[in-house]
Amino acid sequence: MRAYTPKNDVQAKSYYSDRFFVKPTLARKAIFNDSILSADCLSLQSKVEVLESYLELDHLVVIVNPEDNVKTISHLKNIRAYDFLVELTAVDYIASRGGFEIVYEMLSTSKRKRIRVKTFILQNDTIETVEPLFRMANWGEREMFDMYGVKVKNHPHLQRILMPHDWHGHPLLKTYPLHGDEAASWYEVDKIFGKEARDIVGPELRDAACVDRYDTERFARLGHEVSKGVDISEGNEPDTPIRYQEEGGVKLFGKRLVTPFDEIETKHLKERK
Amino acid sequence: MAQHKVNYLADGGTPIKLTTVDKIVNFGRSNSLWPMTYGLACCAIEMMAAGGSRFDFDRFGTIFRASPRQSDVIVVAGTLTKKHAEFMRRLYDQMPDPKWVISMGSCANTGGMFNTYATVQGVDRVIPVDIYLPGCAPRPETLQYALMQLQQKIRREPARMAQKAKRLI
Amino acid sequence: MQQTNRLTPFFENINFEREDNTMVVNFGPQHPSAHGQLRLMLELQGEEVTKAYPDVGYLHRGIEKMGENMIYNEFLPTTDRMDYIASTSNNYGYALAVEKLLGIEAPRRAEVIRTMLLELNRIISHLFWLATHALDVGAMSIFLYAFREREFAMDLMEDYCGARLTHSAVRIGGVPLDLPNTWIKDLEKFIVNLESQIPIYEGLLTKNRIWRMRLENVGVIPKKMAKSWALSGIALRGSGVKWDLRKEMPYGIYPELDFDIPVSDKCDSYGRYKCYMAEMYECTKILKQLIPMYEESDTQLMAHSPEYISCSKEEMMTQNYSLMQHFVLVTQGMRPPVGEVYVATESPKGELGFYIVSDGSPYPYKLKCRAPSFWHTGLLNDLLPGHQLADVVTIIGNLNIVFGEIDR
Repeated sequence: MRAYTPKNDVQAKSYYSDRFFVKPTLARKAIFNDSILSADCLSLQSKVEVLESYLELDHLVVIVNPEDNVKTISHLKNIRAYDFLVELTAVDYIASRGGFEIVYEMLSTSKRKRIRVKTFILQNDTIETVEPLFRMANWGEREMFDMYGVKVKNHPHLQRILMPHDWHGHPLLKTYPLHGDEAASWYEVDKIFGKEARDIVGPELRDAACVDRYDTERFARLGHEVSKGVDISEGNEPDTPIRYQEEGGVKLFGKRLVTPFDEIETKHLKERK
Repeated sequence: MAQHKVNYLADGGTPIKLTTVDKIVNFGRSNSLWPMTYGLACCAIEMMAAGGSRFDFDRFGTIFRASPRQSDVIVVAGTLTKKHAEFMRRLYDQMPDPKWVISMGSCANTGGMFNTYATVQGVDRVIPVDIYLPGCAPRPETLQYALMQLQQKIRREPARMAQKAKRLI
Repeated sequence: MQQTNRLTPFFENINFEREDNTMVVNFGPQHPSAHGQLRLMLELQGEEVTKAYPDVGYLHRGIEKMGENMIYNEFLPTTDRMDYIASTSNNYGYALAVEKLLGIEAPRRAEVIRTMLLELNRIISHLFWLATHALDVGAMSIFLYAFREREFAMDLMEDYCGARLTHSAVRIGGVPLDLPNTWIKDLEKFIVNLESQIPIYEGLLTKNRIWRMRLENVGVIPKKMAKSWALSGIALRGSGVKWDLRKEMPYGIYPELDFDIPVSDKCDSYGRYKCYMAEMYECTKILKQLIPMYEESDTQLMAHSPEYISCSKEEMMTQNYSLMQHFVLVTQGMRPPVGEVYVATESPKGELGFYIVSDGSPYPYKLKCRAPSFWHTGLLNDLLPGHQLADVVTIIGNLNIVFGEIDR
């Protein structure tokens, strides 16, 4: 029987797992520990339903409903002076929770504080765009769509940004293998030469640890390479000096321009110029 | 690197008899190789540093031309991604004969450390390569050594109007 | 020998001449002044740009996906390749993010060395910016001069970590190596040399009539646009917002250092150029302050945290449990606490942030790199209309974008 490989998460996994290991968790403090951030959070709670809020490593994390994302961000931007939307991304929790967690990272330059707004949507749901508030969301949401397949409502130009426009699949999902699926591995051959050339070009060599039969013969002799089939037994080894120019000099100028490298006569600079 | 058969030694490695005309033409070709600026990623910086004043590239007679129609060599410096592969092939096709390719750095040779879905595993899946240059990023002196090896290779070949196709694609 | 292939003529399909007499020009992925692989589709009315659409993704190598498949220490050399001009700044940002997640602090000497390398990388990056920007605008000799200075700086980096370009000079928990014996003396010589050369570049460019005409009132980024597009670094400071993470939300040993932040109120490319030149002076100021700090610091280089960080080589080769723990940390990887962290540092390009979601396993659950150049390129969509075609080149050069970061 072949080993069971879970298909809902094909990323690299640790080979050994410690049965009795208890994973430590980052401390989540209550928000009253920081006066500025707790004021922000309370003001937000009056406007929007906040599902959860805590401080993690001096960083306020607020979890809201997906319908309220525009309201939350506009409240934070206009009323609580969070003038930068620094980062906008999604995290793939399809296997464990069935959807994506959309994360907005905001920064306030006047208060020098950061806030993270998180919201959870199911895999096939859509989320409203934040682009009217911050123009950076134009590209941020496109990247989210390209990498994860998160559909964004009312986006002016929701198209792939990092992958080619006719790419199949969303790369950063957990079900997408690192080496790419079938369509990915033949993409450039199909595009340029057509499907018939797949046999000519051959599949990609993805195994970085591949060891060839002739490896010890060919690559162990770094600096002393010889052609295939040459006798390299004791005493018969041919000499392979480094030559920067042909042995007999370049024809038309004869041997005048060839200055052989002399180990003893060469000057060593004491200090690099 | 591509798996298909590449015939690097056309005559099985035996020295080719070159006429004087061949030698003169090859001398001219090898000492005025005009590379196309094809810097894709980090190796491009080392290529630029090779063109700077410490590791001068001008003394080889190279002038970096931006247009493929006016260049002989294409130094593929950096990672070739699948999105870009089509354009690279297009630019290679636009170069007039005789043309050569130096694949600089691990990413151009074999895909390098980026063993991922979006990287072409070796530029020679798409274009035929003459000199492979290992390193990440290779030092500018390595690039110059590669250029010297290419010059030697050019001087060994018989000078024809059209180059013999190196491989099927 | 032209081999036949399936590529159909591509750009012939686009109407080059439209009804309202605008022309569509493709500033293709391969272009000498595109600073990498930027494809910019410009709609031109004569010489003036009416619409611009930047297309990125030609260097997308899947770095974030690699992050999910590699252990934390293994991913560090990959961060090198993001902003490949100033590699140590990416390494440092990543190491700082993981250290915050683990809750450890690098020792004093390591912080000093890291900051020295960071500021050296900032100088390298700004010199590179100057070289390529001047080359694009037309002042080609600055390219050779700035690259000469860069060679000296890269000699220093090579003396320290062995690599000129992709350093990996920093580890999670500290630095792996102490400075070589003559490094500080070489650094002092380098600073003296640089401070005598920067006035030469400024003398060539700052009051130069052609340079001023090319750069003034070109690429004006109003403050509102800058904030809306989440700009950072000098693109933001050039628009009058005095925001530098090293001063406002300091990390490492920046609270102890004394330096200024150049800001320009003019919002145009010339103001940003002045900021860059002034910042190079500030970097040398910082480096001069760091040299005595290095000399009086204690020699510990890596944080002492046996759960996450391997110990020093001497201890590892003599103590059995240290060797076992090192083996486990290298083969399986360290297991950080479950949680999320977002840490931003001030890289030469702007605010470089790492958002790491950890689920307790040796592989990160999600690793997002917030690259400043991504948003700076998006800005071109709004910024370019209204400018002439020659200004497009100036603006792209001035914004200091690196494609390794944009596409990751």
